[in-house]
Amino acid sequence: MTTYAEILPQLLKTLTPYAKKMGQLKESTDLVSELGLDSLQVMQVLLKIEDQFDISIPLNNLPNIRTVKDLGQEIEMLLKA
Amino acid sequence: MSLFEKFSSIQQARQEILQSGVNPFHLTIEKIISPTEAVINGHTTILVGTNNYLGLTFHPDSIQASQEALAQEGTGTTGSRMANGSFSSHNDLERAIADFYGMPHAIVFSTGYQANLGVLSALAGPGDTILMDGDSHASIYDGCRLGGAEVLRFKHNDVTDLDKKLRRLGDRSRRTLIIVEGIYSMLGDRAPLKEIVDIKQQYEATLVVDEAHSLGVLGNRGRGLAEEAGVEQGVDCIVGTFSKSLGSTGGFGVSSHPEFEFIRYTSRPYIFTASPCPSVVASTKVALRIIRETPQLRQQLWKNAKILYDGLEHIGYTLGAEVGPVIAAMIPSKEQALAMWQGLLEQGIYVNLMIPPATPNGESLLRCSVSAAHTPQQLETIIQSFANVYSQINEHAASVST
Repeated sequence: MTTYAEILPQLLKTLTPYAKKMGQLKESTDLVSELGLDSLQVMQVLLKIEDQFDISIPLNNLPNIRTVKDLGQEIEMLLKA
Repeated sequence: MSLFEKFSSIQQARQEILQSGVNPFHLTIEKIISPTEAVINGHTTILVGTNNYLGLTFHPDSIQASQEALAQEGTGTTGSRMANGSFSSHNDLERAIADFYGMPHAIVFSTGYQANLGVLSALAGPGDTILMDGDSHASIYDGCRLGGAEVLRFKHNDVTDLDKKLRRLGDRSRRTLIIVEGIYSMLGDRAPLKEIVDIKQQYEATLVVDEAHSLGVLGNRGRGLAEEAGVEQGVDCIVGTFSKSLGSTGGFGVSSHPEFEFIRYTSRPYIFTASPCPSVVASTKVALRIIRETPQLRQQLWKNAKILYDGLEHIGYTLGAEVGPVIAAMIPSKEQALAMWQGLLEQGIYVNLMIPPATPNGESLLRCSVSAAHTPQQLETIIQSFANVYSQINEHAASVST
């Protein structure tokens, strides 16, 4: 069973290339307003994460994912399902 | 923040475009002359962005049928079919569509947008899953959302990704609806339908194909991509629109499943809206007959598409897909696309300007939709105008870089 604590470092590594405009990525970093991802980049990131963790992230859940932590928790939930 | 303040970012983006001296937002067709000509900004303009693939909007038979229906059945139906009853002409049109596709069940909707909303939301609800192509039209996105199913996207035209996502679903794949388009409206590329049907059958899923841009365009009888690919038996439902090659407005769903009829009782976009106007129904039915009886129109469309495609490619444009009725010239930047769109309009050519975020992969596009009604002279003028704006932009780019 993969836990959030195990997911977080992998997630931060995946997101780091998108964080050129800002400093250190944190759990509280807002994916859109702070990381500055546009809708296209969000989709690219999600596809990458889906392959990385072998999950499919439903579009229905996206409105609830705002921060790195939200995304990590979503991945944890999908891996448990 | 008030509810209206959220529009400020849109206002700012709009303002930035207007400052470039181009206003693509409020284009007015002052007078429509023919399927391929209109007066815009006081000038006669060739239309190459209206999806009028077979040029049927002014067909005398369609106009006559529409006028007769208007006189005999009135200007509107003033209510929904469920509450107010169907006109005989609605039922006739449904039989004509079912007959055209060789399938027993057809349902007509008031618009193509509503056809996707109505069919998709009725087929897949809570507890079901939808797998949609990432480049799908907004009506597909909205239809998926309306039903309450879990919605997943697969990479555009990527059957490997589709397969992967179906595998992850396990047993749920049997309660999964896959939705793809025959021809994608932005770039004009087609779904790899044969492979998709194979995967759908492997996982026992359900497949809907939106033939909005391929009806009347692909296949020996003009039924669309499923016909051309020889996989109609593997497609559970086809949705489409009357507002492109049929030259009117409205939409439909058609299927061989006997349960398809029950969509009428569960589909809110069917139940809670006014039914199509008699004049629209009449012209659509005639246009469907014309498609069946006049394959020469389709042949002419493809001949014209090849001329325009080759012409643009010869100039040096990078085009979005293979030859087809949708030809998208990919422009390196949004600013160049705006300038070129305006340049074309000033030369009397109207195409669709497509800029991010409405486009796949953030591309900026000058999108052409070819018509069987374009004359050789019009095609020549279109190509020459594209050549002119291409030269102007490249000269400008060269002068800036030196």
